[in-house]
Amino acid sequence: MWLYSFKRILLGILIIVVSVSLLYTMIHLVPGDPVKTVLGPRASPELQARIHEKMGLNDPLPVQVLNFLGNAATGDLGVDVFKNKPVSTIVFEQLHHTVFLVLAGIGWAMLLGIPLGCFSAIYRNSLADRITGVISVSCIAIPTFVVAIYSVLLFAVTLRWLPAIGAGDGETVRSYLIHLVLPAFSVGLGWVGYLARLVRASMLEVMGETHVRTARAFGLTERTIIFKYVLRLAILPTITLLGMGIGILISSAVFTEIVFSRPGIGRLIFDAVTSRNYPVVMGSVLVTTVLFVASTTAADLLNGLVDPRIHHRGHE
Amino acid sequence: MREPSPATPHHATWRAVWNSLKRVLREPLGAFGFFLVVLVIFSAAGADWLAPYEANKIDIRAKLQPPSGAHWLGTDQLGRDIFSRVLVGGQIALKVSLVSIGAALLIGLSLGLVAGFGPRWLDNLLMLFFDSVRSFPTVMFALAVVTLFGPSLTTVMIVVIVTQIPIYGRMVRSQTLALRNAEFILAERAIGAGFIRIVTMHLLPNVVGPLLILASMDIPFVITIEAGLSFLGMGVRPPTPSWGTILNDGYSYIYNTAWPVIAGGLPIIITTLGFTFLGESLRDVFDPKLRREM
Amino acid sequence: MNPSNVLEIKGLSVEFSTERGRLPALRNVDLAVPAGAIVGVVGESGCGKSTMIHSIVRLLSPNGRVVSGSIHFEGSDLLGMTEPEMRSIRGDRISMVSQDPMISLNPVLSIGTQMVDIQYREKLDKSRKRARAVTMLQRVGIPDAAERLDDYPHQFSGGMRQRIAIAMALQAEPSLLIADEPTTALDATLEVQIIHRLQELQQSMGCSILFISHHLGVIAELCDLVVVMYGGEVVENGTVRDIFHRPMHPYTQKLIECDPARMVEITRVQPTIPGEVPDLARLPAGCIFSGRCHLAFGKCHDQPPALAGQDGGHRARCHLTDPGPGT
Repeated sequence: MWLYSFKRILLGILIIVVSVSLLYTMIHLVPGDPVKTVLGPRASPELQARIHEKMGLNDPLPVQVLNFLGNAATGDLGVDVFKNKPVSTIVFEQLHHTVFLVLAGIGWAMLLGIPLGCFSAIYRNSLADRITGVISVSCIAIPTFVVAIYSVLLFAVTLRWLPAIGAGDGETVRSYLIHLVLPAFSVGLGWVGYLARLVRASMLEVMGETHVRTARAFGLTERTIIFKYVLRLAILPTITLLGMGIGILISSAVFTEIVFSRPGIGRLIFDAVTSRNYPVVMGSVLVTTVLFVASTTAADLLNGLVDPRIHHRGHE
Repeated sequence: MREPSPATPHHATWRAVWNSLKRVLREPLGAFGFFLVVLVIFSAAGADWLAPYEANKIDIRAKLQPPSGAHWLGTDQLGRDIFSRVLVGGQIALKVSLVSIGAALLIGLSLGLVAGFGPRWLDNLLMLFFDSVRSFPTVMFALAVVTLFGPSLTTVMIVVIVTQIPIYGRMVRSQTLALRNAEFILAERAIGAGFIRIVTMHLLPNVVGPLLILASMDIPFVITIEAGLSFLGMGVRPPTPSWGTILNDGYSYIYNTAWPVIAGGLPIIITTLGFTFLGESLRDVFDPKLRREM
Repeated sequence: MNPSNVLEIKGLSVEFSTERGRLPALRNVDLAVPAGAIVGVVGESGCGKSTMIHSIVRLLSPNGRVVSGSIHFEGSDLLGMTEPEMRSIRGDRISMVSQDPMISLNPVLSIGTQMVDIQYREKLDKSRKRARAVTMLQRVGIPDAAERLDDYPHQFSGGMRQRIAIAMALQAEPSLLIADEPTTALDATLEVQIIHRLQELQQSMGCSILFISHHLGVIAELCDLVVVMYGGEVVENGTVRDIFHRPMHPYTQKLIECDPARMVEITRVQPTIPGEVPDLARLPAGCIFSGRCHLAFGKCHDQPPALAGQDGGHRARCHLTDPGPGT
């Protein structure tokens, strides 16, 4: 298990290093001086030179990449030359908004999707199961940003129940939460479908396994069998799905933050890309990549902890 | 249920295709999906003569009008006819999907073959690539590409191609691996059959069906990417219409009128649902075991 | 129903609806398990052994259906019971040990949890239930039972796991234990150990056992009565002596000839019965075994024989031993 964890974490770090180096290299190989794009063509050569020096652009590319990664390892993500502020500060000012959004979205999706999947599996091939199936597919198929815009149209513009813009006045928790409702709804809706389908499929698979028949042959109640003997196994793939799904979650967070003008890492990257603010792009991409790799790795390791069979495999 | 063995090539004839289509149409969801897809394809293909107005014709005096006999879906903030823009936008969405899925399919097929037939290290490397691409946030990747190349239709296509290659690559690889050690292939190799012969005679007939089903199920996702990036202003450049830009334009005026937003979102919903329903029915009819691989 | 029988199956027929149509997996099966006896059921795979035991505990897969017949257990009709009534019997009066110990226990619950769970009917506190579980594990021969109670199934070897499964099945002291090829997945030494342990436990508890196997040696060693099944029918039944010393049905004779343990000469190839198990979708008009029978004659191909012989004793379903009413 330890060796496996160690390998898994090493692989994660490798993915981060490779993808960030690639992006860094690509940005700097593209014709056009990033400093010129940032400052505009009429900036004085002295200013250009100063910024060049500050961004370390005079070093050879591999040195730059190494410097960037080395600094990043110590928590230094460079400086935003526009605002003259450390990129790490900028990123971490925004990060928690995205984390809350993603957690709220996935939270309500789990609360609804997992029971829905169980229900569908228990009453498989019933009318209710079929309807749930169609709804699940539809939830998955409709893109997040369309859900977001339509929910603004319905709940904010037409019904005026909920606010559409921003993350609240920043003073009360209540205001923050109210502003979180629609974005979390948009981020989570597709996941209700994913989870319902996955849980249904994996419940059905487990219910066909021999040990479930054994449990039945011992006269255990259907409730015990479903919730203790089946669900505990059937839930395992969802952990992996959630871990792998952080990529999709981050994508939908970008759209959601833009539609709802919410602060957050997605909005930050979007703005940085639009204004070609490379240090911020690099810094926030690095942070999201780390987040992404960390969550997939964590899901993998968690699976090993929850599922004693994998735990065992690691021992061998 | 007994799984069809990957080693028996099934030669899809037109008759079989027709029979399967009939089975798809017999299911309500499959028939509904098929209807929506036909609707979308026809309106996109006939956009040029179906559209009552030129999609970019500005008439500022008639801006933000609700639906009427003259403008079926109303007009946008520049007085352009939204119905015409939706039709032309559909044309662009389908063009992007077809071209980029086609390219992704071909590249995925080649990489899958390389991974399946090639040396172990290359296989591992390609799988690592597939896994990373598949799970990396698409939008992050898209934003990175846009940073490099600027927003354009080409950018959208590059994003789609790179992110969709793994879907096809993985499928071809697993089929190749299954076939590689099949007894009749070993026998063919023993009598000196070449790589090309094995691929064209045995592998392709096996993978064509599943590849096409995967492609049809991929269309809604690609349409989402195109509309999404265009919505963010990172895809199709104005004034060219795209469902994403129609939505974006309409969203700025959502407090004035709901029609542009409804008109921009509905075709996306119709198309994604239509292709998803159709694709799922196709998969269930043709190849039930694909369900577990995805 | 004969009151000395714990279990009595009469005329049981079971069908499965599949893509290939309705498969008559069991046809007119009779079987009786007297109190305190061990009854063996022998037959090749696909002969309907598993379908029969799943019908007894009413856990057929959803596409299976009992078409006709009755199953009486301790005087009550199992097929007529409501689901809650049936559940009160499962695991309490009738329990099962299934074939593959690697997949018959829940992999993500410790064996202690599973053994406590199946005592849900007892009004004991958890520590008492755990203590009972430990006692039972010791009786089946698990070393350090108390320390290993919180281990998971995968931490035990195959043989140990099958002992655990037996411990679980016998914990409630059922009057009937159904053992579905409990030793097939184990090697020969383990098999002998487990069979002996089972014999001891059966004698001390006084329960009956319905023992399914395709291994004749084990059947001969353990059982009092034997039922031979083929293609979903009972083709012969009788005492162990009857079956092994005076087999009447050609299928039984062939089975015994082909048993590797009984072979006198050393041959390179293990002899098998030529031909294949009949396809349930296309059953022959006559005797079910006629296609593979070296003694088959005219009547065998168009008239199904009846199970005939001594009433309640040695009987076979064969035209050779039963001249039939007309002749």
